[in-house]
Amino acid sequence: MFGDYSISDLGAILAMQGFAGLILFSVYVLMALGLAIIFGQMGVINMAHGEFMILGAYVTWMTSNAVQHTAPWLFPGYFFIAMILAFIASGALGMLVEWALIRHLYKRPLDTLLATWGLSLILQQAYRSVFGAREVGVELPEWMMGSWQATDSIQIPINGMFVMALTILITIVVFYILFWSSWGKQVRAVVQNRVMAGAVGINTEKVDRYTFGLGCGIAGIAGSAFTMIGSTGPTAGQLYIVDTFLVVVFGGAASLFGTIASAFSISQTQSTLEFFLSGSMAKVITLLTIVAILMVRPQGLFALKVRK
Amino acid sequence: MSDETKPGLKSPLRRKLLMGMAALPAVSMLGRPAFADVPATSAVNTTGLAVTDSEVTVGILHSVTGTMAISETGSVEAEKLAIEQINAAGGVLGRKIKFIQEDGASDWPTFAEKAKKLLVNDKCAAVMGCWTSASRKAVLPVFEQYNGMLYYPTFYEGLEQSKNVIYTGQEATQQIIAGLDWVNKTKGAKSFYLLGSDYIWPRTSNKIARKHIENHLQGCKVVGEEYFPLGSTQFNSVINKIKLTKPDVIYAIIVGGSNVAFYKQLKAAGIDLSKQTLLTISVTEDEIDGIGGENIAGAYACMKYFQSLDNANNKAFVPAFKKMWGEKTVIGDVTQAAYLGPWLWKLTVEKAQSFDIDKIAAASPGVEFKGAPEGYVRIHENHHLWSKTRVGRAKADGQYELIYETADLVEPDPFPKGYQ
Repeated sequence: MFGDYSISDLGAILAMQGFAGLILFSVYVLMALGLAIIFGQMGVINMAHGEFMILGAYVTWMTSNAVQHTAPWLFPGYFFIAMILAFIASGALGMLVEWALIRHLYKRPLDTLLATWGLSLILQQAYRSVFGAREVGVELPEWMMGSWQATDSIQIPINGMFVMALTILITIVVFYILFWSSWGKQVRAVVQNRVMAGAVGINTEKVDRYTFGLGCGIAGIAGSAFTMIGSTGPTAGQLYIVDTFLVVVFGGAASLFGTIASAFSISQTQSTLEFFLSGSMAKVITLLTIVAILMVRPQGLFALKVRK
Repeated sequence: MSDETKPGLKSPLRRKLLMGMAALPAVSMLGRPAFADVPATSAVNTTGLAVTDSEVTVGILHSVTGTMAISETGSVEAEKLAIEQINAAGGVLGRKIKFIQEDGASDWPTFAEKAKKLLVNDKCAAVMGCWTSASRKAVLPVFEQYNGMLYYPTFYEGLEQSKNVIYTGQEATQQIIAGLDWVNKTKGAKSFYLLGSDYIWPRTSNKIARKHIENHLQGCKVVGEEYFPLGSTQFNSVINKIKLTKPDVIYAIIVGGSNVAFYKQLKAAGIDLSKQTLLTISVTEDEIDGIGGENIAGAYACMKYFQSLDNANNKAFVPAFKKMWGEKTVIGDVTQAAYLGPWLWKLTVEKAQSFDIDKIAAASPGVEFKGAPEGYVRIHENHHLWSKTRVGRAKADGQYELIYETADLVEPDPFPKGYQ
């Protein structure tokens, strides 16, 4: 397929393809971070993760409409407000769900699968009743659309770079919270031994609630960011849930480093294969590879190294 | 946020109440025909369908929950509008249409079950319904076994024909061939990149497109053909491939949420649709709502109907639709085709002077609907419609501007020779 192309053409495509891989990597990390906290750290199999993301997307859509109607001058920067609101909305819903549903199930982790799956169906239908069955279009400020012309032939999507920057920022914040703050210590203590953590005076209920809220809030931010690249509809969350679990499980459920490593390997494999094969075949081969690796390493890439 | 959903939530309830009230006087008349020219029920209904002297029952069978609710909502709305208008104009053979709505819930076995319920329990005289080919394939044996009549609105891949189905959308060749001829002639397009979601309709359609490009268009070739799993949201790699191969035309049959991702990423990658020709057969005004007009402006779509069509029928249809379902609703190709269903059934019943399924099936060929928003349609021997094919160009406001239409009606050909 490369017969008729000049070296500079191929170089440009190679560079753009590299960026495509990096953008996919950022998307995967952003999708999976919230779940890595909830599933990885707390052991809750949250099938409603996608719906928390879509809540963030709907919040973004509402913010966009509200800003256009009331304060059009704010429009170029509304996305930042929207992401904060998305974090708050999804986080608040997450804490509510934790209080009403999840906290009764910490000793029965497999039941969380069914409970949250039911929750995801309820949320989908709720979105459909409130926002309508049709997809909504989220309008973006002009500067976020289009591409950055790096050279004559290399164009990098601006929203892709935005997602990358956002992912880096959120990853740093999450790592700071979990590994350097005193609250993060409490979270890790509760995860490792709930009874003992309670005995030394940690309010485990509160820690659980905020941790779950944090995970859901990050899902909300992810959903908000994905309005730039994907669709916003009642069932759009379902598009992400499989990939999200794939990334977290492949990386080793309990390890945040693992999540990032797995997002990197899956995204690079996927985008490289997509370039040489067709989209469906790339997906098949990626999944087969993951299955094969998980057969050899059922605990995922990084499982054992997390207990520092 | 909610002003666009409110009318949709309120009005079905209100209409139900109104219909309930409207039924009261009918009951008190003890079934005596209201007009002298209303033929006796025993004469027009010999097979025990749900037809009384004053009423006839039809079914509406679409998904209003689940994944497909996104697409099927418009069809339900159009069918209800048509029924209301027919009733306002005196009904069918002097009988008001009453509808029973069932939810297929985006689940194919549920469609079959509900279809059976509508035919066996409710004895519906006709059913307007289904959207995906999978749901139609699921109900087809039910309609054939219990001898029902289905009016199916979606453009689809063809390769089917049944006595018990009237296909009011286009089969594949009606949607594909004229569009390719047009883009070849007016844009001088020689190389095509075919894209699609990975299931039967895009694959069959692209197969027809490829045969037409390679065998019927002089010097044209396909430079790439690719499919993506349903729901796929990452298109950066294929966009790079498109940049590398520089096709004259991107031919896209991507559906659902993937559509939104594809057009947003295409724009973000710097592909300018005012310079790069893109022709799609899967994006109607409904989909543009989700994609965002600014992301797809400049793309061409090959359909039979656009909301912006400038004819008297459409100028009455669009305001009526908006009045019933809200100012912000848009009307896509399939929504219009769904609107044809109840009308074609009414016209056929009146031609046959009977509600009997066999007589309707036999009378259908040749039935013409001059009030169609797309202009004029006629039912073919093969139960598909003669329709014009049109090419529109997407504008930033989410509407299509009509660029081209075939001079004559295009004959439906569900089993095209040389394209399989």
